[in-house]
Amino acid sequence: MPLPSAPTEFTLAEARDALCAKRVSAAELTAACLGAMAEARVLNAFITETPERATEMAAASDRRLAAGEARPLEGIPLAIKDLFCTKDVRTTAGSRILENFVPPYESTVTQNLWDAGAVLLGKTNMDEFAMGSSSETSWFKPVVSPWRARHSNQDVVPGGSSGGSAAAVAANLCLGATGTDTGGSIRQPAALSGIVGMKPTYGRCSRWGVVAFASSLDQAGPMTRTVRDAAILLNAMASVDPKDSTSVNTSVPDYEQGIDHGVKGLRVGVPREYRIEGAPHEIDALWSKGVEWMREQGADIVEVSLPYTKYALSVYYIVAPAEASSNLARYDGVRYGLRATDVHDVVELYEKSRAEGFGAEVRRRILIGTYVLSAGYYDAYYVRAQKIRALIAQDFARAFEHCDVLLTPSTPCSAFALGAKTADPVAMYLNDVFTVTVNLAGLPAISIPAGLTETGLPLGLQVIGKAFDEKLVLRAGHAIEEAAEFRASPARWWAR
Amino acid sequence: MSVNENTVRHIARLARIALAEDQVAPMADELNGILRWIAQLQEVDIAGVAPLTSVVNQQLKMRDDVVTEGGEADALMANAPRTEDHFFVVPKVVE
Repeated sequence: MPLPSAPTEFTLAEARDALCAKRVSAAELTAACLGAMAEARVLNAFITETPERATEMAAASDRRLAAGEARPLEGIPLAIKDLFCTKDVRTTAGSRILENFVPPYESTVTQNLWDAGAVLLGKTNMDEFAMGSSSETSWFKPVVSPWRARHSNQDVVPGGSSGGSAAAVAANLCLGATGTDTGGSIRQPAALSGIVGMKPTYGRCSRWGVVAFASSLDQAGPMTRTVRDAAILLNAMASVDPKDSTSVNTSVPDYEQGIDHGVKGLRVGVPREYRIEGAPHEIDALWSKGVEWMREQGADIVEVSLPYTKYALSVYYIVAPAEASSNLARYDGVRYGLRATDVHDVVELYEKSRAEGFGAEVRRRILIGTYVLSAGYYDAYYVRAQKIRALIAQDFARAFEHCDVLLTPSTPCSAFALGAKTADPVAMYLNDVFTVTVNLAGLPAISIPAGLTETGLPLGLQVIGKAFDEKLVLRAGHAIEEAAEFRASPARWWAR
Repeated sequence: MSVNENTVRHIARLARIALAEDQVAPMADELNGILRWIAQLQEVDIAGVAPLTSVVNQQLKMRDDVVTEGGEADALMANAPRTEDHFFVVPKVVE
């Protein structure tokens, strides 16, 4: 094993064991990650690096480890999506309007991670306000995927919106990362970047201190290199939080326990509506392979129907912008954030600050949201969308009468070239066709790296579960992971 | 349904986002592209369906109406672009 870069290649579980066995120190592990980050700046995965804080936290972890007082994530270096407020560390949401925002408080999810002993490496780049599927709408320039097609020098996207976290995990810059998922923003970049990404049940992880996009859909989750690592991270991220009124009063089980119990006798639903016209053959082929893997391991395959699937993206592009237009009303140039200069009255202050502070995609979504909520259109768009959202949730409830989990592709395509879809919003939105239904219904789902395209880019499979059935989702995901034996990793073209 | 340029000006005003005159027509085109696509929702029969406002199947939590945190005026004002003492400063509102 080549040292000293090897510790960055540990899985989170391996690092945990190595730290406890004193085979590596938290300081060494953190220094290795910081070194890898410095080498990989061309990926633009981080908006803010926090090497000093990381070094301090690692030293504190080493003292705990030496004293035999290690907590579950003691000394594990993590990357945090720049949507989570971190006290005294700049938090931008990928937006110019928050370019200089330094939160005076800590999000519940990150506080939980620090309380478990984790180390903050830095804040990861992302689509502005999590609005995007390629991490190209960031005010801090696009994230570049560590992956490239074979024999190609073309930069591709890592997916989004949690693309900086996905790139950092895939390139071994950290041992795990946090993401947030409103329509697929954890699972789609995980699939495109060859890593594991999990969106828990709505209400499982607190939204307190997470910059709000669409409050009825937003949910934080782990992004890691293995399913076990996702379970370990989720153990710390999940909690019941009095500060979030939608945090659900259900105790947090041990997600790691039982993860390798297999899928024998499990009923795995395959929804016929997820076979879409015009999708690349490779997507369908991988899905069939996944079904076969489940069958071989003793699962019963059940064909199910989710008839309202085809309306999910349209519902999402009413509900999410509507909620965003309301949530983003807080950016007014007065209390925090960018403030336009040379204005004559307070309305002009608002209008100019918001025009200068928000990028094109955010402005577009705020305007769509404002329109569908405006007098005369509210019933025709917003209420209608909420009713169809109910039908989509019902689809899942009916399907789960016949099966325990669902197996689907994660995305309709693999990573695409930077700039390929930026001119056509609707083409970009279609990336989330297989993930968005889950947010609308509030369910847990995981994306597992399961194969490569002919050109050598990763593809993922998605397991969807019933509300608060994360343990079963992880178990099924683990079975897919074992069968897929995905061992590919990006060629380190950025390190010369 | 589609938006014309006047509607775009109106919603930009409601959203408090300045839109230069030469941005109005392109924005109308972009929004109409999205609206054309979501028009498919009109074909769904929604008779008798209740709107889904929350996926969380629990009563909204209540807490005692007491002060839990406070006295953090400096921290609260720290990110404000313009302040005077503990006040946010805005352009003159009343003539």
